[in-house]
Amino acid sequence: MTPAIKIEQVHKHFGALHALKGVDLTIAQGEFFALLGPNGAGKSTLISLLAGLQQPTSGHLSVMGFDVQRDYQQARRSLGVVPQELVFDPFFNVREMLRFQAGYFGLGRSNDVWVDEVIEALGLTDKAHTNMRRLSGGMKRRALIAQALAHKPPVIVLDEPTAGVDVELRQTMWAFIQRLNREGHTIILTTHYLEEAETLCSRVAMLKQGEIIALDSTANLLNRFPGKKLRLKLNGSLPLALQPLLRQQEGEYVVLNLGEVTQIDTVLLELRQAGVSLQDLQLIESDLEDVFVDLVGRV
Amino acid sequence: MSPQVHPWFGAWTLFRKELLRFWRVSFQTVAAPVMTALLYLLVFSHVLEGRVQVHGVSYTAFMIPGLIMMSLLQNAFANSSSSLIQSKVMGNLVFVMLTPITYLQFFLAFLAAAILRGLVVGSVIYLVAILFVDLPLVYPGWVLVFALLGSGLLGAFGIIAGIWAEKFDQIAAFQNFVIMPLSFLSGVFYSIHSLPAFWQQVTHLNPFFYMIDGFRYGFIGSGDVSPWLSLAIVSASFFVLSWLTLRLLKSGYKLRS
Repeated sequence: MTPAIKIEQVHKHFGALHALKGVDLTIAQGEFFALLGPNGAGKSTLISLLAGLQQPTSGHLSVMGFDVQRDYQQARRSLGVVPQELVFDPFFNVREMLRFQAGYFGLGRSNDVWVDEVIEALGLTDKAHTNMRRLSGGMKRRALIAQALAHKPPVIVLDEPTAGVDVELRQTMWAFIQRLNREGHTIILTTHYLEEAETLCSRVAMLKQGEIIALDSTANLLNRFPGKKLRLKLNGSLPLALQPLLRQQEGEYVVLNLGEVTQIDTVLLELRQAGVSLQDLQLIESDLEDVFVDLVGRV
Repeated sequence: MSPQVHPWFGAWTLFRKELLRFWRVSFQTVAAPVMTALLYLLVFSHVLEGRVQVHGVSYTAFMIPGLIMMSLLQNAFANSSSSLIQSKVMGNLVFVMLTPITYLQFFLAFLAAAILRGLVVGSVIYLVAILFVDLPLVYPGWVLVFALLGSGLLGAFGIIAGIWAEKFDQIAAFQNFVIMPLSFLSGVFYSIHSLPAFWQQVTHLNPFFYMIDGFRYGFIGSGDVSPWLSLAIVSASFFVLSWLTLRLLKSGYKLRS
């Protein structure tokens, strides 16, 4: 099957800055994919190249088999992008704007049913006739998502869609996006909220300084840290015998890596023998953030 | 995806959107320029009517076509330039950039909307003026040709300004320091034969002069130069500016950088 996204040896220079350094990435149709990385890693640049908002210095990108430069019209019809910034057209109301947006893609009246479905699914029905200017930040964000979906694209890119968004909208939005994914749409997500990527995405790419430093299924990445973490606040310093387990220092707390839960016994025993007493103890599961911090910090 | 995709439906939608954009604020985009033109008319005709005859017609009949054309040109420019700068500053131009609309379609949609705004403003001034003034209309064909070419020329110029500018005040500078002087010094209010020889020569370098002179020829049947010369110069300017605009749009200059 044609991949939803194929990126081959893509380089992007901005003057002296080498923003993307030979990125290769293939995303299959129907995937729920996360693109993670610290600020300035090149995520947004990669999305701009996919959307044709910028051109790569070298390399090729395609959406649903259509080259984003040579077959740009088909590539753009196949792609819906939710931009990061809250941008909007102040002259129109929500429904008008969505119909115009679908119209730009060549879709007329017959698409209005879909536009209304998107409006309803994102909880915008009450605001359909409200001018974009008068919407609250959260409602603008919903309208922005709706706008990317107006032409029912098979591939949907969400660039930080939940930045500054309340819990209710997150739930409405993810429910709808998950439904679209079940119906066969490919979803690509960039986010700072790693727990979202962990819950939603089956595969993850981590980008750092313009390079992909990890590309694997979420499960495999989490398996890199099979154990748990023990977060301790001590009256005294960490005994020498426990130093090999030390993961990091977080203020007054020390964080230890545990291979297995039963290791807690050993830790407590060592502490007692060293005469160090406990003020606080937390047992924490490893998550994508650990993988992220580990990879981004290390490579 | 919905099956019916007409290759020009996107451009048509963009044109309709541009049209609705200025129509929504027609008090500012149509009524205001009409008001300004009528004030000029009132003041100048009060001062000069009966004292001056130009090209064998009353001063007011001479001035009205110039005023109509000046407003038409300024509004065609304002339409494309302000729409572009606004959507650039607001950031919502990205929604058009993400679509399969080609650069040629983008150009034509913005151009057509600018022409229409120019024609609407010009027509309203004309309709109001003929209520008060006896205005001849000798060659309607010339009037239409110069109205279309003139608004097209300024519409294309507005697209270039909109692509280039990054702030509203840069567009205002274009309007105040380029469009306004060129239109005021092009023979809207006077025949260039009343000027010293040197300034007549200078005026001949101003493309606005040919647009206004050709347009006025359609009304009063005479002008400072032949309408064919004006047609040649205005058409050539229109094609050069359109070509330049298309080059800029194709390269993605400042829009897809």
